[in-house]
Formats: sequence, C-alpha cells, structure tokens
Amino acid sequence: MKKLTVEANIDNLDQVTDFITRELEDADCSVKVQMQIELAVEEIFVNIAHYAYNPGTGNADVFVGMTDDGSVCIRFIDSGVPYNPLAKPDPDVTLSANERAVGGLGIFMTKKVMDNISYEYRDGQNILTMEKKIGGKAG
Amino acid sequence: MKITKKTNGSELTIAVEGRLDTLTAPDLDKEIKASIDGVKALYLDFADLEYISSAGLRTLLSAQKAMSSRGGSMTVKNCADDIMEIFEITGFLDILTVE
Repeated sequence: MKKLTVEANIDNLDQVTDFITRELEDADCSVKVQMQIELAVEEIFVNIAHYAYNPGTGNADVFVGMTDDGSVCIRFIDSGVPYNPLAKPDPDVTLSANERAVGGLGIFMTKKVMDNISYEYRDGQNILTMEKKIGGKAG
Repeated sequence: MKITKKTNGSELTIAVEGRLDTLTAPDLDKEIKASIDGVKALYLDFADLEYISSAGLRTLLSAQKAMSSRGGSMTVKNCADDIMEIFEITGFLDILTVE
C-alpha cells in the first residue's frame, strides 16, 4: 500500500484527497464512485483532525492500495485519543428540516457509500480501514 | 469554490461552482447569512457543483432553517445525478425543495 503522512489538520485535506484520487484515477474509477470515496476520506480525515489530538497536534498516516478483487482499500492511522467513530448512533434521516440537528451525517454517509468499514484500537493507535469495489469506468 | 450572486427583487440566486467541502462550506455559509435579509425566495444553482460533503449538507440545512424561520423559501436546482444521490442517501431529498 502507498503511504502518506500529514499533520492531522483540515488544511491538509486537499493533500489527502489528491493522494487518494491519484490512485483511483490510475485504477479507472468512475466519477461517481470517486466522489463517494472522496466523501468518506474527507469525513474520516476531518474527524481525526478535529478530535484525535485536540487541543494538541499530531500526525495521521493514510494508506491506499488495491485488493485482488478490485476494491480500493484505504486505512487511516493516528496516535490520538481512542475514538471509534463507528460507535456513534446513526442520525434519523426521516426527520423534517426543523427537527434535524445540523451535523452527525458524515460518518453515516461514510458507512452508506463504502462496502466495508472497520475500526480497531491497537498499540496506542486508532486504525480505521475501509474498502469499496471500484469496478472500472462502467461502475 | 466560486460563488456568484444574482438578485431579482426579493429573489436571490446563488450559483456555486466547484467543491462544497469542509474547507469551502463555511464561506458559502457566511455568504448566505450575509445576503438573505429581505429575501423571500433563495435559489441555489448547483449546475457547476462537482462535489458536496456532509459539511456542505450542514450549510444547506442551516440555510433551509434560516429561510423557513423568515417565512421564505429555498430551492436547490440543476444538481448533477451524483449530487442528487447524496441527497437521497441522507434523506435531504425529503427536506429540501429540489428542482
């Protein structure tokens, strides 16, 4: 897998997105699927930037690679406070605009657009791994 | 992201071009809040919007709430299919007026 290490700061979001999209473009990923993967990458990276080291700073490692079955695998590792974003309850997406809280959608969208997503805390690190089949231009 | 505004009486159209993400959504948020006084109908033209993340959706939801509380309306128009799909996944098709 290819690796990028950046400071976990939202100002580095474009750098992380570019790192992932370069890999997707090489794999002939459709525009639609690319946008869905970018969404997931943004949500997870921004989450780390906001919560992992707050109020200090630290790094995030981003890995990307293709699996044998034509899925893209993306992994985020940080050494911040233990935090499992998948444990958050999903928002109620049937509520009206006035009843809706402004927020809480990011992780929900990530779960919806990716095929697999898993979290573990190991050796002082948050490790979040997600996969999505990208199936060429027709997908 | 590029924002273009056009006023026609009490109607305001804001065209958004490019990416609406964590980095750019706060700018649109500010632009909308600074522009909607006296506006009865707000149109968001997304013909050239390429990408929207949950940060962009938050901006849309707060704009919708702001317009409702003023007794006005908000309409999102000219969205690409990929953007529509994000609205569908998140239930935003039910809470926004999309043309």
